[in-house]
Amino acid sequence: MSRPTTQEGTGRRAEIGAGVRASLAAGLGLYPLGVAFGLLVVQAGLPWWLAPALSVAVFAGSLELLLVGMISGGASIAAIALTTLVVNFRHVFYAFSFPLRVVRHPVARAYSVYALIDEAYAMTAVRPHGWTAWRLVSMQVSFQAYWVGGGLTGVAVASLLPGPVQGLEFALCALFLTLTLDAARSRREVPSLLLAGLAFTCAVVVAPDSVLLVGLVLLVGLLLGRYALTRGGARG
Amino acid sequence: MVEPGYVVAVLATVFVITLALRAVPFAILEPLRDSRLVTTMAAWMPAGILAVLAAATFRSSATGGHLLHAALAAAVTVAVHLTGGRRTLLSVGAGTLTYVVLVNLT
Repeated sequence: MSRPTTQEGTGRRAEIGAGVRASLAAGLGLYPLGVAFGLLVVQAGLPWWLAPALSVAVFAGSLELLLVGMISGGASIAAIALTTLVVNFRHVFYAFSFPLRVVRHPVARAYSVYALIDEAYAMTAVRPHGWTAWRLVSMQVSFQAYWVGGGLTGVAVASLLPGPVQGLEFALCALFLTLTLDAARSRREVPSLLLAGLAFTCAVVVAPDSVLLVGLVLLVGLLLGRYALTRGGARG
Repeated sequence: MVEPGYVVAVLATVFVITLALRAVPFAILEPLRDSRLVTTMAAWMPAGILAVLAAATFRSSATGGHLLHAALAAAVTVAVHLTGGRRTLLSVGAGTLTYVVLVNLT
């Protein structure tokens, strides 16, 4: 990418540009999902400002979609707390490899943790090196802009449209598929992929309503088992 | 209509829990940076986690009688990605377009 320059401003602009470019593919999925979320807020009879308010209080798409139904149904705070805990528990695993260490400024660092969504983790998981604070945070800010902007768009068009274009949410599946392909380029990744397949299959059988959480917990359990059996891989 | 106090309580609850889930692991793992277990897990987990995310989102796109549509769109995504020089935006765009067309026209 860009060579180190004497002018810090040029380097910073290049890094922000790289961060925004890195955000585009995930944006294809985030923006339309945000529109769907905004529509849902209005259709559930909730005030429009709840869409941006939720997207700032919790930047977590799948949870927000769930919360709309819970809030309009008047669910108890305890039930909402438990749902949040279960749905977002998968994020505890992201700290293992998310390159937070490159972000030094305390405010930027706090934002980077706050905005650690699946898509941000995924983009760094597939390319672990070369991240700078500006690139990482500008990618995360872009993600949140797509999501909040999509929500506002959904709120705005809710009265005009019969419904959102169906099927745009497939962009997230396509994104994770391509990132898996990119992460799995060497043969060393095969055991992790096989264990992921096993974990997901078990999760579908055991807990069809929360496959993501149960699948990830099982995956971590299986990887810990692999570590115990191989004593951390070939270096024994 | 929803009570403002209730909405504020909901927003505060989900904010604190989500932020804690994202922040606490960094605080715990930071001193363990050099641990062999942590470095090994950091190397092993990404590919597996991405595969689980892909499988879970595929499953939700495949529900409601859309299994064939999702499978075709996934095949297009993978094929474009492997033959089109691994340009993520291109692969994601082609796969999504395939799914949207199939879901809306069939």
